[in-house]
Amino acid sequence: MLEILIQLLPSVLLEGLILGFVYAMIALGYTMVYGVLELINFAHSEIFMAGAVAGAEVFILLKGVIGNPFLLLALAILIGGAVAAIVAILVERLAYRPLRKRGTTNRLVPLITAIGVSFFLQDLVRLIEGLWHNAFYRRYPSFSVFEATYTLPNWIGVLTILATLWLAFWVIAYFGDWLVRLFSKKERAAGRTLSIVAAGLTLVFAFFYRHVIFADLGMTIQMKSILVIVVSLAMLYGLNWLVHKTKLGIAIRAVAQDAQTASLMGIDPDVIVSRTFLIGGFLGGVAGVLFGLLYTLVHPYVGFIPGIKAFTAAVLGGIGNITGAAVGGLVLGMLEMLGGTYLTFLTNGAMGTEYKDILAFLILIFILLFRPQGIIGQQLGEKV
Amino acid sequence: MKKLRENPALLSLVIAVAAIVASLWLLANPRSTIPFLLTLGSLLAALLQPIPKWLKVLIGGAILLLVIPAAGFKNSFLFELGIQTGIYAAMALGLNVVVGLAGLLDLGYAAFFAVGAYTWAIFGSPQANEFMPWKIFPLPGEYFYLFMLVAVVVAAITGVVIGSPALRLKGDYLAIVTLGLGEVVRVLANNLDQPINFTNGPQGITPIQRPPIDWFIGLLDKFGLQMSKAEAYPLYFYLLVLVIIGIVTLVNIRLDRSRFGRAWIAIREDETAARAMGIPLFPTKLIAFATGASFSGAMGALFAAKQLYVSPESFTLIQSIMILVMVILGGMGSIPGAILGAATVTILNVDLLKSASDYLNDLRNAGYTLNLGFFKYNFANLPNQLEPAKYERMVFGLIMILMMIYRPEGIIPERRHVLEMKKEES
Repeated sequence: MLEILIQLLPSVLLEGLILGFVYAMIALGYTMVYGVLELINFAHSEIFMAGAVAGAEVFILLKGVIGNPFLLLALAILIGGAVAAIVAILVERLAYRPLRKRGTTNRLVPLITAIGVSFFLQDLVRLIEGLWHNAFYRRYPSFSVFEATYTLPNWIGVLTILATLWLAFWVIAYFGDWLVRLFSKKERAAGRTLSIVAAGLTLVFAFFYRHVIFADLGMTIQMKSILVIVVSLAMLYGLNWLVHKTKLGIAIRAVAQDAQTASLMGIDPDVIVSRTFLIGGFLGGVAGVLFGLLYTLVHPYVGFIPGIKAFTAAVLGGIGNITGAAVGGLVLGMLEMLGGTYLTFLTNGAMGTEYKDILAFLILIFILLFRPQGIIGQQLGEKV
Repeated sequence: MKKLRENPALLSLVIAVAAIVASLWLLANPRSTIPFLLTLGSLLAALLQPIPKWLKVLIGGAILLLVIPAAGFKNSFLFELGIQTGIYAAMALGLNVVVGLAGLLDLGYAAFFAVGAYTWAIFGSPQANEFMPWKIFPLPGEYFYLFMLVAVVVAAITGVVIGSPALRLKGDYLAIVTLGLGEVVRVLANNLDQPINFTNGPQGITPIQRPPIDWFIGLLDKFGLQMSKAEAYPLYFYLLVLVIIGIVTLVNIRLDRSRFGRAWIAIREDETAARAMGIPLFPTKLIAFATGASFSGAMGALFAAKQLYVSPESFTLIQSIMILVMVILGGMGSIPGAILGAATVTILNVDLLKSASDYLNDLRNAGYTLNLGFFKYNFANLPNQLEPAKYERMVFGLIMILMMIYRPEGIIPERRHVLEMKKEES
């Protein structure tokens, strides 16, 4: 049993990482909007969905015209992102700005509007797709180039297992130390001590299970997964550059810190908010196209679950924090895959894959209760 | 209009005449929608306009207890509509406590409905034999009334269980966590058919016992109305729902004016100030949550008995959103508003959208051609995806957006809100 669990680990983590990149890109949209408006943009999951559906349309329409699948994907990403960005800007302009202009004090009002927009967009896309094709389920076509699998070198899997073991032992050591401290007046153990203990335990464990860990793990990756990773990394890098190196990025950060002061510095907050929706929407749309590429079937209601998960990821990383959203997405993707696979496995299928959605919610609640600033966020005082 | 308002006698007369005309029209045409809506409209006008109380009671009683049942015998859909409206109105009143009074946005409200429904569904059907050692299930229908109380308690406990972690959070976070926990309840209902079969999974539970109504049929018989069980059940549930609505409304009014009600409103308006005034935040919020949940639980048990069948599909997010839309439409914190919102949304969802779909279908099937001279359209070409009944999310979404932008206080604003606005004006 343990052998299989260990040998599955690298593949499961890789799957989780790929899913995590998609979550990370959606989470960025939530976190950026929250940064500038302190609003949870519930409709962001529908912006993601709009991108996914638009991408599917591009693929289906241009499949016969453009032979090169990579070029096709690039077009789909561009158009999907653009459609999602336009939807995001329209949502801000038509639904959120009127509320801001009126200056309501009730915190529920923008939130309820956001939920309303989310539901409205779901059926709007359904209506458009329904009128256009008489069906609203769209399927991404499959290309043999994208489906091709490549075997990864074995050392990657071995290293992954060792690193995970080390992390697991670190956590165990941490809680062991905590337990000891409950009953004695011992000082808290230094992080370095814990790391060394964990490394030692890992080595011992690896020695006894060497036939499992150093066996042929047979890790494979599909071309489309590689594409997802490459595109997401490019997007994340581009966003990082945009936020930290351009004037627009500086303005966005200024508005996020203090909109009123920023406007005194000659920044129009409305424009910046609109641009933020544009950037977040574009990222969400690209994530939608990548999601469609991975899971092929898209429809107007496809955004809900990934949206909630991505929000969880944003909270996990500390909402409002851009690096945090990316890290949170990756962590959540991996946790979810681990939970989903191992739970089904350990309970002999008695607890199906639907429980992995519960896992995400439980993580969300746990984080909000015990570490609301997220894993790398900083503590903020309560505003009165 | 202004003249009418200043003359109560004339106003009363106009409303009474309107109610009588609409009622007669409905009795003559029980199947058409317009007289039904007019009847309800006159009822609403009677209840909301400043006319003498005895007239309100008279018109309200006559329409609810005589006209609608009488029309319902010819068109049992009216009963269905009435029962659903009643169930949703009670739930809207419950959610109104949570969202309207305490200002806690709960997006998982259907979870408590599910808990109540499953409470009676499991024990009022052979389902409980699956995991109980003694094989006495289904319990006889008399236990239904007991289980409505049990459902209240179980739902309140669920509310405390869900609320204890969730209510430590605020505003937006609370909303998304309740949404998540609501989904958790649905997923559990969907998956708890193994390892031990509690809920029978996605197949749902059926048949569920109904309360026995032999005494009711006997009673009707004395009044000279002879009815079979199948005919009497809708009427019985309709009347039961009316009674429950009465009780729930009364409880709501008392709660609204109680120490708790004022504490909830204080928390809604300003948590920090409320805490400074000595209101314990978390317990007070938890009580609001549990109170709201208990209403929903009772209606869940009723729903299970009425439908004879429950499955996880009846308790999705869209249900929670629908109840939220009712509260928003009517006016957050306003009791008549919640009832009006429930009636409007239920009629819209169950009746109007479906009739619009049927109408479009008829036009399509008949191949009717619209000819405006410059514009010709043959309805046979109408895409069959265009069915208003399937676009409830769009309708709900639009209602939410438009209400928030143009009238966030709802159709019938809360009394306190109105008074505040007046004070600001003067």
